[in-house]
Amino acid sequence: MNRLAIFGLVFVAFLVLVAVGAPLIATHDVGATDLAHRLLPPSGEHWFGTDATGRDIFSRVVFGARISLRVGVVVVAVSAAMGVVIGAVAGYYGGWVDRLISGYLFNVFLAFPGLLLAIAMVAFLGSGLNKLIFALCVIGWVGYARVMRGQVLKVREYDFVQAARALGASDLRIIFRHVLPNAVQPLIVQASLGMAGAVLSEATLSFLGLGVPPPAPSWGVMLEEGRDLSTLAAAPHALVIPGVAIALTVLAFNFIGDGLREYLDPRQRAR
Amino acid sequence: MLKVLNVARRVALLLVVVWTVVSLVTLLIELVPGDPAVATLGEQATAEQIAQFREKHGLNRPAFFFTYARDEQGERHLRWHGAENRYVDYWRGILHGDMGNSFRTDRPVLELIAQRYPATIELAVAALLVAVAIAVPLGVVAGTRRGTWLDNLLSVVALVGISLPGFVLGPMLIYVFAVRLGWLAPSGRFEASDIILPAVTLGAALSALLTRMVRSSVIEELHEDYVRTARAKGLGERTVVYKHVLKNGLIPVVTILGLQLGVLLAGAIVTEKIFNWPGLGLLLIDDGISKRDYRLVQGCVLVISVTYILANTLTDLVYRRLDPRIRLQ
Repeated sequence: MNRLAIFGLVFVAFLVLVAVGAPLIATHDVGATDLAHRLLPPSGEHWFGTDATGRDIFSRVVFGARISLRVGVVVVAVSAAMGVVIGAVAGYYGGWVDRLISGYLFNVFLAFPGLLLAIAMVAFLGSGLNKLIFALCVIGWVGYARVMRGQVLKVREYDFVQAARALGASDLRIIFRHVLPNAVQPLIVQASLGMAGAVLSEATLSFLGLGVPPPAPSWGVMLEEGRDLSTLAAAPHALVIPGVAIALTVLAFNFIGDGLREYLDPRQRAR
Repeated sequence: MLKVLNVARRVALLLVVVWTVVSLVTLLIELVPGDPAVATLGEQATAEQIAQFREKHGLNRPAFFFTYARDEQGERHLRWHGAENRYVDYWRGILHGDMGNSFRTDRPVLELIAQRYPATIELAVAALLVAVAIAVPLGVVAGTRRGTWLDNLLSVVALVGISLPGFVLGPMLIYVFAVRLGWLAPSGRFEASDIILPAVTLGAALSALLTRMVRSSVIEELHEDYVRTARAKGLGERTVVYKHVLKNGLIPVVTILGLQLGVLLAGAIVTEKIFNWPGLGLLLIDDGISKRDYRLVQGCVLVISVTYILANTLTDLVYRRLDPRIRLQ
């Protein structure tokens, strides 16, 4: 597997460790403001410095990793489940069901700029973590559905599947026993890219004030707080550090997805 | 004949999708928790004021052709309302160019949107130009010097450009060019130079993507026979690349550009927020969502979506004409 993908895996592993061990790793209380020590540069006391209200940036970044990963994992899990089911139904039953799903439904969801749909949903349903996750699932499921549908269409025609059907195997069994194992690989690629997307979307929406509400230490929120001109002039690290965190995380998942895709490409396997 | 059929099919799909989008947006407003009237007028509003507000904005009419709401006794009934409902009202309005009035300012939503629309288009086009201006030369350089350190360096830069989100890059650019160097304004749309930072921010990801595309396109074209012929004829390398390779190599790029215009529109929302650029995105976020002006949000989401869909469809149709390989199929 290529080097970038390995970097991605290492970084994600590191991130998971940080997120899981957040309460142990963080040096200060995430919400503890200290107006006497605002906008401090990195130091021995505050490893990443402090923000505009004196909160420790390092601890907030560490807990922010938690938020990003948690949102990402839930969104990917739920939207993958949704997408796989819908895609399988479309591919397997074909006919008008398939036309309705892949002809109409896919096109409708893809016609929207994804972020806009998420914004619209949060705008009308209200903000909050659960609604954010719901909105991101709604925009995320299509990718998995397309992959699954493609896989089902491919496998459906294989001889051994025809044979299984002739022997009386139920549709469900065929999908689980034969289609799914083959579909897992491209689905994992999709999941990795989906993670990148979910983390990015959460950060974007939080930045716009539509995601996790402050004072939660979402990286997006930290960016929004850090870009205030007076804060920026005095303490640019309050912006740069969460920004780099987001960029590296998105990059890592994209590397993994791209690397996996390359690795799983049948043209490479022949080597 | 086949082509006309294809176009007709595409247009039919477009209409269906637009209809779905409009319906979705219309019905989304029904999901708002709480009463929009109370959200706008405040808790202190009298029952009379609330009733007036609801009447003015047509909120006192049923939501859809049928409703399944509770009555005074708390029991649910399925009731038929016929065509006199908010859904039909909104459609009727749109077809007459009326998207309702802003809950907060009472001005026609269409007017507010029309005022801000040009700024967004301006930003999107500028970003596109920035992206092309960066991508073509860099892509050509990387493609013609494939495998060298320069190519690898540009690959890494492109990668960073794609992954650095706009709301990270933008404020960083503001820090460097506005706060430290003082060369450009940090926000707003007053001077001509104010468009530079927003356009670069919005165009950065696209330029990275385009650079990679131009590069692979150039690499592919360089292997073609006509390039060998041109070189054999004695043409200078520069002429070969710029006059011949680029012309063919840019076809896939142009088609991507069209598709990306839609993505730019979506990205513009965030960019406008960062730079306080007075476009549709800012209207949606600051005046619409922040101030709970749902009628305005409805209109903005609608206009942005339809623009995006139209841009994609147009590109799709044009692309089929442009690439002769597709046309001849």
